[in-house]
Amino acid sequence: MNLLFKLLPEQATEYARQVDELYLFILAVSVFFTALFVFLMVYFTVKYRHKAGSTEKVEPPHEHYTPEMIGGGLLLALLMVMFFWGAKLYFKAQRPPADAMEILVTGKQWMWKIQHPSGKKEINTLHLPVGRAIKLNMTSEDVIHNFFIPAFRVKNDTVPGRYTQLWFKPDKIGTYHLFCTEYCGTEHSRMGGYVKVMSEEEYENWTSGGAGADETPVEAGARHFAELGCIACHGAISGALGPNLAGVYGKEVNFSDGSSLVRDDDYIRESILNPQAKLVAGYAPIMPTFQGQVSEEQLGHLIAYIKSLE
Amino acid sequence: MSDAITSTDAGFPAKNYLIEKITVSSWLLTLDHKRIAILYLVSLLAFFLIGGLAALIFRIDLMTPGPEGKLLASETYNKFFTTHGIVMIFFFLIPSIPAVLGNFLVPIMVGAKDFAFPKINLASWYVFMAGGVLALVATIAGGVETGWTFYTPYSTMYANSNVILAVCGAFIAGFSSIMTALNFIVTIHKMRAPGLTWFRLPLFIWAMYATALVILLGTPVIAITLVMIFVERVFGFGIFDPALGGDPVLFQHLFWFYSHPAVYIMILPAMGVVSEVISCFSRRRLYGYKVIAFSSLAIAVIGFFVWGHHMFVSSQSTFAGLTFSFLTFFVAVPTALKMLNWIMTLYKGSVRLTSPMLYAFGFLGLFVIGGLTGLFLSTLATDIHLHDTYFVVAHFHYVMVGGGVMGFLGGIHFWWSKMTGKKYPEGLAVFTAIVIFIGFNLTFFPQFQLGAHGMPRRYHVYPEEFQMLHISSTTGAMVLGLGYLIMAVYLIWSLVKGKPAGKNPWEARGLEWETDSPPPTHNFHDIPVVRHPVYAYEYESETSMEPEKT
Repeated sequence: MNLLFKLLPEQATEYARQVDELYLFILAVSVFFTALFVFLMVYFTVKYRHKAGSTEKVEPPHEHYTPEMIGGGLLLALLMVMFFWGAKLYFKAQRPPADAMEILVTGKQWMWKIQHPSGKKEINTLHLPVGRAIKLNMTSEDVIHNFFIPAFRVKNDTVPGRYTQLWFKPDKIGTYHLFCTEYCGTEHSRMGGYVKVMSEEEYENWTSGGAGADETPVEAGARHFAELGCIACHGAISGALGPNLAGVYGKEVNFSDGSSLVRDDDYIRESILNPQAKLVAGYAPIMPTFQGQVSEEQLGHLIAYIKSLE
Repeated sequence: MSDAITSTDAGFPAKNYLIEKITVSSWLLTLDHKRIAILYLVSLLAFFLIGGLAALIFRIDLMTPGPEGKLLASETYNKFFTTHGIVMIFFFLIPSIPAVLGNFLVPIMVGAKDFAFPKINLASWYVFMAGGVLALVATIAGGVETGWTFYTPYSTMYANSNVILAVCGAFIAGFSSIMTALNFIVTIHKMRAPGLTWFRLPLFIWAMYATALVILLGTPVIAITLVMIFVERVFGFGIFDPALGGDPVLFQHLFWFYSHPAVYIMILPAMGVVSEVISCFSRRRLYGYKVIAFSSLAIAVIGFFVWGHHMFVSSQSTFAGLTFSFLTFFVAVPTALKMLNWIMTLYKGSVRLTSPMLYAFGFLGLFVIGGLTGLFLSTLATDIHLHDTYFVVAHFHYVMVGGGVMGFLGGIHFWWSKMTGKKYPEGLAVFTAIVIFIGFNLTFFPQFQLGAHGMPRRYHVYPEEFQMLHISSTTGAMVLGLGYLIMAVYLIWSLVKGKPAGKNPWEARGLEWETDSPPPTHNFHDIPVVRHPVYAYEYESETSMEPEKT
């Protein structure tokens, strides 16, 4: 029943509280204009209603365009307040802090596969420590899904073939809904579960507990890097056939066609699956494709490993 | 005054377009725009019934949270909401007012005998029916479960249903829109009666003109997009599926480039109807005629630059998100000015609360909510929370049903006597308008609350805490359905038992009210000459054919 009396769901991040302030501002503006509009509609209808038998002639309106234009301008100014307020928060939601803990999320019909930095894996439940900035690095194995946590007021699509991010800093211990909000087929409505925000200590226990010590994403990435033979060309050897990958993540790279780019997750992914697409200047187009040989999760591990190289 | 003034004349014309010839072929091969309008009306109401029943069934299903005790399996539920969306958007809302009221009224309102291209007009109905039948076959023979949005790569590579048939249906139906739009533009430009200058045109015509522009510019894009789905799904060409080297988000850009303007295809005509109705029942020329006329064009133009506001969480860039949010706010301004002008028309008018006027008021009341809730969705940070939740569902139903359907029903009531020559029971119509208004709000208002609390759209199974609001919504849907049912009964009854309406039962101004109800096949006995400004309620004369008074 409390849904009838509460405007918005529980807030479990500072960002959620800030979004709600904006929501309430727009709500106040909307209620004001709706009330004004309906009042005028009813008032004019009653005041100027046609009285039976009246033969009074109605004058055509005298139009004044200037007040309309001024009114339109003022309205636009009010709308710009909403725009800038919304954009400011949007920027915040788009920029995770540098020290955010990275968790890998892979969507597939119809489950969320999640892996923590410790290597611990889980499905459809996301355990989080309270008070720490968390960044989700997300992709999808099949169709587009969307990772939505209403209590944090954040969501983002997970798109096959590319990485998307989501970040938040939960500040309230509790259990919250996790939904998929991009229609993805038969069991779309069952693709979700809960986000469990726990104390730092509980999280450490949870993440290190369970069956044996899991390999962390970075460790797994290092293993794939060796097993797939990447290391032969991309190791720290002079005269190697491919660029040395130590410390390159997040740095600008020049390509043989003269263009350049900052190496990010999408770039590394593309270079593994379609190496000829963007060729680093000074290297021959000899790398084979790994399309079909590495899973989404292995790609995630490789990227985590390359990021960790110094 | 001539005997053309027949507002009290209750005669039923012995010769009119309805009974000129009554063979089946005279209807199916007719080139008369009025008969084609009736063909469209009957077919569209059939589609409306199908789309409405689909919604009623899944709303009943949604009364329980599940997974146990559900009426439908999840797969069936998905097929029902897809059917509801495809049928209502492509086969009811987009054609509704243009194909029925536009077809009937555009030539009459401009004082012409017919459209510029009557054969293309008839062809448009056949093309529309071909598309509609394909879509219905897709629905009946196994169903479609992609949602009306056909998002890739789900629709191209993963959905195991009749996607191709449904896509072909929507593709073909698009051509009928294009044909209708073409006829509107040419007819409005070239076939206006002597004296009928652009600024003497009723605002309904301006709205039809703006709509026709959007249709002509937008529909080819959706057609190409649907062809791309076809070639990827059938031939495996990699366009959208990343596994084939495609880009799934490209589809969304192409889809919304049409489908956002399509919202204006649905709402601009309703705004045109509302302009006519409010002017008539305030007995007054519309306040800010030119503002309303040009704001229709402004909405049509700006509407093409805001599609990315459907994609704030699609992985499009931060910069694109900012740009589309910024541009979206500009649509609000001409829309708000229109609302202001309608209200100002009531001021110092002579207001009559007839059934069409109640629908126009229903439009205003619901559209103001639909429009203002749009602000939550154009603002980036709040949209990210509300995107793809019931809030969005409620918002676009307030716009498209509260706006589009209310406009359609208001127009049908307003011009019913002109189209059929009969009067419907006014008291019952007023009652029904109120039932529909209550039913609509009961259905969709709770959905704002559901969405704000995070209930995702297209969910078959949902957490129990949402159940109360879902039950309210379903109850509303039943009230709404009851309203439509009463309306169907009295409108059909009026065809048989209704009193003859006479030329001008509402004492309205405009060329359509100067000819018989129903009009003769060639619309007018004599070609009208227009000598008054539009909405000339201040003139003693009820006909614009009268010589100008000095």
